[in-house]
Amino acid sequence: MSGAAALPDIAISLRDVSKRFRLYRGRHVSTVKDLFVRLMVGQGGPGLFSGEELWALRDVSLELGRGRMIGIVGSNGSGKSTLLKVLGGILKPTTGQVSVRGRVSALIELGAGFHPEFTGRENVYINGVLLGLSRAEIRARFDDIVAFAGLEAFVDSPVKTYSSGMYMRLGFAIAVTVDPDVLLIDEVLAVGDEAFQHRCVGKIQEFKAAGKTIVLVSHDLGSIERLCDEAVWLDGGRLQAHGEAREVVSRYLDHVAREEARALGVEHTRAEAAARTGTGARWGTREVELTRVQMSGGDGHERYLFETGERCTVHLAYRAHRPVEDPVFGVGIFRKDGICCYGTNTAVEGLTFGKVDGEGVVTMDIERLDLVEGDYLVDVAVHARDGHPYDYHSRLYAFAVRSRVRDTGVARLSHRWRLQPGGGDGA
Amino acid sequence: MAGHFADLYRSRALLATLVLRELRARYRGSFLGFLWSFLNPLLLMLVYALVFSIYLRVPMQGYAVFLFSGLLPWLWFSSSLGHAAGVIVGSGALVKRILFPAEVLPVVSVLANLINMLLSLPLLFGFLIVFGIRPHGVLLFLPILIVLQLLLTTGLALALAALNVHLRDVEQILTNGLTLLFFLSPILYPVSTVPTTLHLGSTMEVPLRPLYFLNPIAGLVQSYQNIFFFGREPHWIHLGTVSVCAVLALLGGWWVFDRLRDSLAEEV
Repeated sequence: MSGAAALPDIAISLRDVSKRFRLYRGRHVSTVKDLFVRLMVGQGGPGLFSGEELWALRDVSLELGRGRMIGIVGSNGSGKSTLLKVLGGILKPTTGQVSVRGRVSALIELGAGFHPEFTGRENVYINGVLLGLSRAEIRARFDDIVAFAGLEAFVDSPVKTYSSGMYMRLGFAIAVTVDPDVLLIDEVLAVGDEAFQHRCVGKIQEFKAAGKTIVLVSHDLGSIERLCDEAVWLDGGRLQAHGEAREVVSRYLDHVAREEARALGVEHTRAEAAARTGTGARWGTREVELTRVQMSGGDGHERYLFETGERCTVHLAYRAHRPVEDPVFGVGIFRKDGICCYGTNTAVEGLTFGKVDGEGVVTMDIERLDLVEGDYLVDVAVHARDGHPYDYHSRLYAFAVRSRVRDTGVARLSHRWRLQPGGGDGA
Repeated sequence: MAGHFADLYRSRALLATLVLRELRARYRGSFLGFLWSFLNPLLLMLVYALVFSIYLRVPMQGYAVFLFSGLLPWLWFSSSLGHAAGVIVGSGALVKRILFPAEVLPVVSVLANLINMLLSLPLLFGFLIVFGIRPHGVLLFLPILIVLQLLLTTGLALALAALNVHLRDVEQILTNGLTLLFFLSPILYPVSTVPTTLHLGSTMEVPLRPLYFLNPIAGLVQSYQNIFFFGREPHWIHLGTVSVCAVLALLGGWWVFDRLRDSLAEEV
C-alpha cells in the first residue's frame, strides 16, 4: 500500500491526528470559566483551558487499505482505544484529519446501552436501533442474532439475569449484524468460552473474506499475529511502527522485554536488599553466606526476563566465614502459586566441592530454560550435607519468562509434530 | 434549525425506540406499573386541593379541577427538564461507546413525559365532566399549546443536558429554579388573584401583572386553564410570548448543544 495508485483502496486514512484530553484533579468536572470559554470559542482555542493535559494521540498518520485486517498493539495507556474511538467517530481529534470510507461498526464495549430490566429480545431491538439498524432489519435477523449468541432459551429473560459472558455474546451478535464496511474491535475476543471465541474468529474470517476492513485492538499478540495482515504499534500516543503483523509484534515484544527487564532489575535489587537486611524469608547459621544472587542470559548480561528455551545462568556468590567441609548449593524454581517447577542441588547430583573457605561464586548454567510463560520465584540455599542450613533464601528472587506460543502447563517439553497422510496400516 | 429537525426526523426510529424504552423502564418492576403515571399527579393534586381548598379555604368553585388542568402541563415541563438535565451524564455508557446522535437523549426525555401527560388527559376530562364542566370548542387550541410547549421544553432540555455534562451544578440550579417557577406560575392560584399593580410606599407603583407574565410558563399555564377549565380562548399576547420564547429557547438550545457536542464523549 504505497503511492497514489493505491489510493482508491484506502479505507481509513489519518493525517497528523492528535487527541488531547484534559485531566482533572478531584471530582469537579469543570469550572464556569472553562464552560464559558468552550461555549464562546467552540472546540478550538487550545491552551485556553486550565488543568493538566494528556496527549492520548500525537501526530498519527496512517493509511489502512480496504479489506485488510489491522491489529493495534501497545501497552496500557498507549492510545489504542482512543485511536479506535477516533476512527469510530465517537471522539473528534483535537487536530488533524480522519477519513473512514463506508459504514463503521465499533465493537468498543459490547452491550453498551443494554437495559438490565429488559429482556434479551427487547434489548436486541434497542441496541440494534442504536447501532443504526431499522426495526425491520432487526426483525429479519433476530433469529440469527439469538442463535449466534446461543441464547435461544434466555431471550425472554431480563438481561440482568444474564452472566457476563451471555451479555457479551449478545452484544457481539448484535454488533456484527450491522454488516459494516469497517469493523472496529476492542479486546472482545477475550469474552465468552472457547466455543464462542471460535465463532467470533469464524465471523471475523467471514468479514475478511467479504473484503471488509477490520481494526483489532488486543493484548493477545498471538491472535494479532494469527489473524492480522498488518499491525500498528503505538507508544505514548505516537506511532512507533506500522507494517507486517509478525514484524511489528516482534519489535513491540522486544521493546516490552527491554522495559520489563529494567523493571525486574529494580525488583531484584529490592529483593537483594531484603536479603541483606535479614528481612523476608531468609534463615540459617551463616557459616557460609550467600552474598549475591544474580541471573544472566546467554550473552552474560544480568537480566530477569527470558524467552522460553533461552540459555540462563544463576550466579551464587558466597562467603565462608570459616572453612566448611562439602557445602551443598541448591536452586529451586517456583511458580507464584507455590508449585515447584524444578529443584536441584549439588548433593543430589553427586557433586562435591571439598573444603570451602573465603569468597567465591557458584554458577548453575541452564542450557534451555524450557518453562512456559509466567512469573517465577527462586529459592537459593547453601547447607551442610546433613541438611543443616547455613543460608537459605526463600522466594527472595523473581524472574519472568515470556513466550510467543500460548502453551500451558509448567514446562515446554521438547517436541515435534508430524502428520502422516494416508491409511494407518500400510495398504 | 431546519437541519436539526431533519436530523431528528431521520433518527425517528431511534427516538421511538428510546421513548418506548423510557416509558417501559420507568415502572418496570413496580407492582402498580404504569398506573403510577396517573397516580403521581393524582396524589399531588389531592394534597394540594386539601391544603388550599380546605385548610387555606381558597374561595373557588371546582378548585381541584382548576388545579389539575394547570398541574398536568407543569409536570410535563418540570419532569422533562429534570430528567433531561441528567440524561447525557446518566447515559455515559452510550455516549462514550456508540456513535449516535446524542441530542436524541434530551428529546426523548421531553417526548416520554409528553406521552405521560397525554395519557393523563382522559383523567382530567373525567374530572371536568364530574364537576359539570363541558368540553368546549376552545379545546381546539390544545394542539397549539402542546406544540409550543414541546418546542420551548425541547430547547431548554437540549441546553441543560449538554451544560450539565460540563457543570454538574446545573442539575442543582435547575431543581431550585423549577421550585421557584412553580410558585411564580398560576398553578395553585388563579391569575385573577395577582394584583395588577403593586404599591410600594405612597409614591411608587410597580406594574406587577406585566412583570408576572414575563415568565412564559405563566402565560402557558393560564392558556391551558382557559381552554380546559374556563372555556375561554387563550390570550393572544400569551401565545405570542410563549412562541417567541419557544423559538429563542430552541435556537439557544441547539447553539449550546452544537458547541458542546464534540466534547460530550470526553467529559461524561
